[in-house]
Amino acid sequence: MGAVVGTLTMQTKQRQPSRDKVDDELEMTMVCHRPEGLEQLEAQTNFSKQELQVLYRGFKNECPSGVVNEETFKHIYAQFFPHGDASTYAHYLFRAFDTTNNGSIKFEEFVMGLSTLLRGTVRDKLEWTFHLYDINRDGFISKEEMTDIVRAIYDMMGKYTYPALKGDVPKQHVDAFFQKMDKNKDGVVTLEEFVLACQEDETMMRSMQLFENVM
Amino acid sequence: MAAGVATWLPFARAAAVGWLPLAKKTMPKPPVDKKSRSDEILIVNVSGLRFQTWKNTLDRYPDTLLGSSEKEFFYNEDTQEYFFDRDPEMFRHILNFYRTGKLHYPRQECIQAFDEELAFYGIVPDIIGDCCMEEYRDRKKENQERLAEDTEAEMATDVPLPPNSTPRERLWRAFENPHTSTMALVFYYVTGFFIAVSVIANVVETVPCRPPKGSVKDLPCGEKYSVAFFCMDTACVLIFTFEYLMRLFAAPSRCKFMRSVMSVIDVVAIMPYYIGLVMPENEDVSGAFVTLRVFRVFRIFKFSRHSQGLRILGYTLKSCASELGFLLFSLTMAIIIFATVMFYAEKGTKGTNFTSIPASFWYTIVTMTTLGYGDMVPNTIAGKIFGSICSLSGVLVIALPVPVIVSNFSRIYHQNQRADKMRAQQKVRLARIRMAKKGTTNAFLQYKEDGGLQDHDSDSAALCLKNRSSFEHQHHHLLHCLEKTTNHEFTDELTYSEMCMTESVGYRTSRSTSLSSQQVVSSSCCPRRAKRRAIRLANSTVSVSRGSVQELDTLQVLKSSAVPQSRSSLNARTEDLKLNCEQRDYTAAIISIPTPPANTPDESLPPSPAVPGILRNSRSISSFTHETVKISSL
Repeated sequence: MGAVVGTLTMQTKQRQPSRDKVDDELEMTMVCHRPEGLEQLEAQTNFSKQELQVLYRGFKNECPSGVVNEETFKHIYAQFFPHGDASTYAHYLFRAFDTTNNGSIKFEEFVMGLSTLLRGTVRDKLEWTFHLYDINRDGFISKEEMTDIVRAIYDMMGKYTYPALKGDVPKQHVDAFFQKMDKNKDGVVTLEEFVLACQEDETMMRSMQLFENVM
Repeated sequence: MAAGVATWLPFARAAAVGWLPLAKKTMPKPPVDKKSRSDEILIVNVSGLRFQTWKNTLDRYPDTLLGSSEKEFFYNEDTQEYFFDRDPEMFRHILNFYRTGKLHYPRQECIQAFDEELAFYGIVPDIIGDCCMEEYRDRKKENQERLAEDTEAEMATDVPLPPNSTPRERLWRAFENPHTSTMALVFYYVTGFFIAVSVIANVVETVPCRPPKGSVKDLPCGEKYSVAFFCMDTACVLIFTFEYLMRLFAAPSRCKFMRSVMSVIDVVAIMPYYIGLVMPENEDVSGAFVTLRVFRVFRIFKFSRHSQGLRILGYTLKSCASELGFLLFSLTMAIIIFATVMFYAEKGTKGTNFTSIPASFWYTIVTMTTLGYGDMVPNTIAGKIFGSICSLSGVLVIALPVPVIVSNFSRIYHQNQRADKMRAQQKVRLARIRMAKKGTTNAFLQYKEDGGLQDHDSDSAALCLKNRSSFEHQHHHLLHCLEKTTNHEFTDELTYSEMCMTESVGYRTSRSTSLSSQQVVSSSCCPRRAKRRAIRLANSTVSVSRGSVQELDTLQVLKSSAVPQSRSSLNARTEDLKLNCEQRDYTAAIISIPTPPANTPDESLPPSPAVPGILRNSRSISSFTHETVKISSL
């Protein structure tokens, strides 16, 4: 008899947590994040008020709750690269934008990132790129980290490329990169080495100019 | 790509900065965007209702009307807005699509109107969101079925046959539509009567009659009056055989006919008789012979040709095949389970009826369908418990698919009712439409007779023409231009058929054209028939009298349901517009008659301008289509 009562009580106890979980989920979806005021954002970024408005309208339309989580981000980014698998690179990109590291990108983070990329100085852009490559945020880009990034980029290309991907192309690419960037040949690239090497690279500097007018 | 993705594109492009250090080559130049960057509010005026939206919103879907440069065609410089002369209520939904990325289908709107709006704005209906997709698809399917039915109804019934159809075609038509001729009707009723007689005879011959003198036992009537019944049977079978052979002869596609359900029923109905004739009176075989007689009852299915309700029932069962299949399958499963259980439960009992599992099947079926004959009953407690569970579950299993079948039947039945009503009303509608159109076409002829085509020097002529609207003036002018172009004139049906009769003889001899054209000429004499002929001879010479506008009217009426309405105010000519769109074979039938000999028109043209000669000329058809082309460009 006691056993029967025991099982019955167990049943009720088990039911409680699941109900709480459901409530939690409901709560999360209703969380709405509102960005700081327009003036503050304008001061912090290099965008004009109108540009911020346009950006926010697009952002809010896509994410009414005010935040983008990684899944959505990956999904959106994958739409631009249907040929291959963009999820890995999207993951790194997400981490680069998510400066507060809480698993979701708020509008401020989004706009800051964009401001750096589009309206920032060359040094700002290079720093941003460095932080993108530096996966573990230790201040150094190791060969492994770079290989991961390069592989992720090649994954986006997909299988069908011309000329066909033969051999370990990502590795070769990484080796060439390190050849160029790693001045003291210590196996890692620091921020200064990176910035210096990039500024010496004429091609790259020219390309950077082209991206000014995306917005 | 989804809508919102477009808003993320600048972000993705910005993020491409991250590739720069890795790139071996210079990046390509980005596309130059000449348009102004700043987002502006656009005003879209739809029939007076002003909608305002951001330009970016509309740019989200660049392959639609509003998202592409196509909307510039609708831009009104004076009011600085985009004006669309469409339904404002529907536009709400279209605009919401741009805003939210999801297209919803408003349930209270007509499906065709909605489709047309979507087509106008360049939106593919497949984008409809999941919430509304099912409703949309259901309505669309329903609508299509209805239209298909209507066209079928129009096609199938009561259009008079071309006179040149072979007796075979006429026979087939008589069989399919008994209402067309008296002979067919008579035959229809005679066969119906004989089916009934045959079925009744089959039934009566098993009834016990009073025994003949000198015998005690009751004899079934069939054996008492065997000769009489045999004669009746023979007569019926002869009629059925005759009918079957006639149908087989008349069928346009014999293979298809032989495979059809009705013909199979016919064959099954008459075979037993012949087999019985052939088989010897052998004791061993007579058992099989008796079984064959059972098939005679299939004659009752021949009634389905005579009864539409039966056909509907058959069609319903066919369309519910999956539900019926499910019912059967679940029943079988349940029967096997319960039969097994009952057998093992009752195994111990002495003298039990449940001798084997197959024997228990009978008990299970009787219990599940709640019949409960009582010839097999469980005795053990376990058996009784399982027996009760069996009967309860039986009720559930059988009740489940039944509503689906019922709703299917009701839908098909109502559709059929509607089809019948439509057919009845169709004739009246067609007649009225024809009357209305005659009015407008005759307007031009009237105009001509009133001397409208003359120069307006005489006051009287000018006065009597004043009542016409400017539209009519322009229209008539256009028709006049056409006449001048083709050197032929419009006329009416009566005049034309008169011409037809008088000219056909002389015409044939004066022209040395191909045989087919001659055939066509004689057959296209009368307007209506030309339609059938024309469609069939799409690639050969088709000459349709230009003057017989009525003919084309009937043509278009048959096609009207399939063609979307054009908003041209030329109601007399809208049909021709559609004609242009649909009947490509007409335009293709540019005639290969070598030359319309210049002298022939003069010969056949009677001198008086009041009764213009009609040349069944190839150019007429092409000129007609030219005319339609002209109108569509208005």
